Amino acid sequence: MLRTLWVWIGIPLIMIGIAAVIVIYSVNNPTDSIVARMLTYERVFRVIREHMGLLLVSMTGATIVGVAGGIMLSRPSLYRIGRVMETVVNIGQTVPSLAVLALFYTILGLGFNVAVFALFLYSILPILRNTFAGIDGVEHNIIEAARGMGMRPIRILTKIELPIAFPIIVAGLRTAIVINVGAATLATFIGGGGLGDLIVTGLSVHRDMIIVNGAVIAAVTAILLDYLIGKVEERVVRWA
Amino acid sequence: MIKLEGLTKVFPGHNIPAVKELNLEIKEGDVCVLVGPSGCGKTTTMKMINRLYEPTGGKIYIRGENALQMDPIKLRLDIGYVIQEIGLFPHMTIEENIATVPNEKQWPKDKTKEKVKEVMTLVGLDPDVFKDRYPTALSGGQRQRVGVARAMVSDPPIMLMDEPFGAVDPITRARLQNEFLRIQERMGKTIVFVTHDIDEAIKMSDTIAVMREGELIQHDTPSDLLSAPADEFVSNLVGRNRSIKRLHLIRINEILEDVDRGKPIPEDAKKDDIEKSLADSDIRSVIVVDKDNKLKGVIGVNDLKRKTGGEVAGDYCQDVSDTVTSDATLNDALSVMLEIGEGYVAVVNEDDQYAGTITLGDLLNVVKEDS
Repeated sequence: MLRTLWVWIGIPLIMIGIAAVIVIYSVNNPTDSIVARMLTYERVFRVIREHMGLLLVSMTGATIVGVAGGIMLSRPSLYRIGRVMETVVNIGQTVPSLAVLALFYTILGLGFNVAVFALFLYSILPILRNTFAGIDGVEHNIIEAARGMGMRPIRILTKIELPIAFPIIVAGLRTAIVINVGAATLATFIGGGGLGDLIVTGLSVHRDMIIVNGAVIAAVTAILLDYLIGKVEERVVRWA
Repeated sequence: MIKLEGLTKVFPGHNIPAVKELNLEIKEGDVCVLVGPSGCGKTTTMKMINRLYEPTGGKIYIRGENALQMDPIKLRLDIGYVIQEIGLFPHMTIEENIATVPNEKQWPKDKTKEKVKEVMTLVGLDPDVFKDRYPTALSGGQRQRVGVARAMVSDPPIMLMDEPFGAVDPITRARLQNEFLRIQERMGKTIVFVTHDIDEAIKMSDTIAVMREGELIQHDTPSDLLSAPADEFVSNLVGRNRSIKRLHLIRINEILEDVDRGKPIPEDAKKDDIEKSLADSDIRSVIVVDKDNKLKGVIGVNDLKRKTGGEVAGDYCQDVSDTVTSDATLNDALSVMLEIGEGYVAVVNEDDQYAGTITLGDLLNVVKEDS
């Protein structure tokens, strides 16, 4: 009981606490008037809100599209395309996130929506690939046993393939989230807001304190989300 | 029960059919073993029966009904299926694994639970111990048992088994085979059994269908197959030592009554009695049992000379390293004798009680009589 409380509440609170201490200290002890003007609670909360917005919208979309796409590509009729897609996705993943944002800026222009769309596309890749690989990796004899016992294809998907692929799908989700939190700091360059605002502002006025605030909050967000999803997975997957 | 007529399967992209014009009839309650070298089409034939592979030609009748016109899902739900690598679902507990078919058939939960318990007990797995475990926590032999239990849980009249005892060591395999035959004796299912091991085929079958390159060479009882192989291929397959193969066909309890080998002595017998029994024994040893007639050990002539604290049989006797059950085959008995390096082996019955002793000489006599 105490352990559960510690795992689910204790550790996350410590992580948030570290970030909070740094923010509170910085706001109350600005090194000079520029920092005092640029780094206010109001601004910190605004960029966190924007960042979470970017993250939430793009990740929700990417998860739905990625998992659904991965399932579809793993079906026998689309399987060949799936194998090709896997390669394409792997190549796509090598494009730097800054380049992805820049690309969409040239096509779609500025703003939050464009940033969300670019992050969404970029996050689909690991989720789609892992969903496909996870289902593809289910041992053949397991599927055959299920078929031979009279399970319908849809039941095999929901009762056998998805549960067995679940840890791999979640691993894709975690990769996507960590990449997404990092890439979202670049959204500021195309007017998408977010924690990147603090970092870029700090850079342009040469005030490290502002940069550190933006960077620490982004890092804690990534670590915390990855940690929580990992713990959820541990609870769900008891068989491995 | 199962009738295959001119069954043919050509896989796309292949010129040579995997199974060619196969005719085979399997009677109700029979175990028909398909045997042959790998690539002979035995597994393909089996998978056409539950339509995992659609035949390209020919007909399949199950209880006179044309199986190719039935809904494949419905067909499969009524045919138990055990595959080579068992294919247990790693993310489900043993109970959930075994309940697969009942869940597909949407049985009420209580009935499923009840039936799972029953069938686990039948294959020798204690439900209280194993039902909540995951397959990774089981040994190879236990997984095979779960595989068999999963195929039997809905009591299908027909079972297809593709090398179900393939992935375990020889001793466990012999034990699983014997247990399975014991279950089959009670259930009387119609079973199609695939193996490449001719010894297993002879042991398990009512009839053997020998296949080569997609064709059925001979379909006969094991005894007829051994005495009258249809051609050179079959006689090569059964091998030269056919008399030894016959040992697979005979169970120990069939000959145990004829070999009259003196009574075992109770563990509290006096030294004089032991000496008397030893003098009568043709194996220079006597078997010692406890008051429940359970095997206690064995006393050899040399054991009596050793000094021990006590003076009764229980103090002199040595542990027996291995025994066979009375429903095992003579071949199992022979392997155990060779393994423990003795010319005899003690036989116990299902309840672990001493049932008798057989010697190499007994096996020789049987082989002599038969050939």
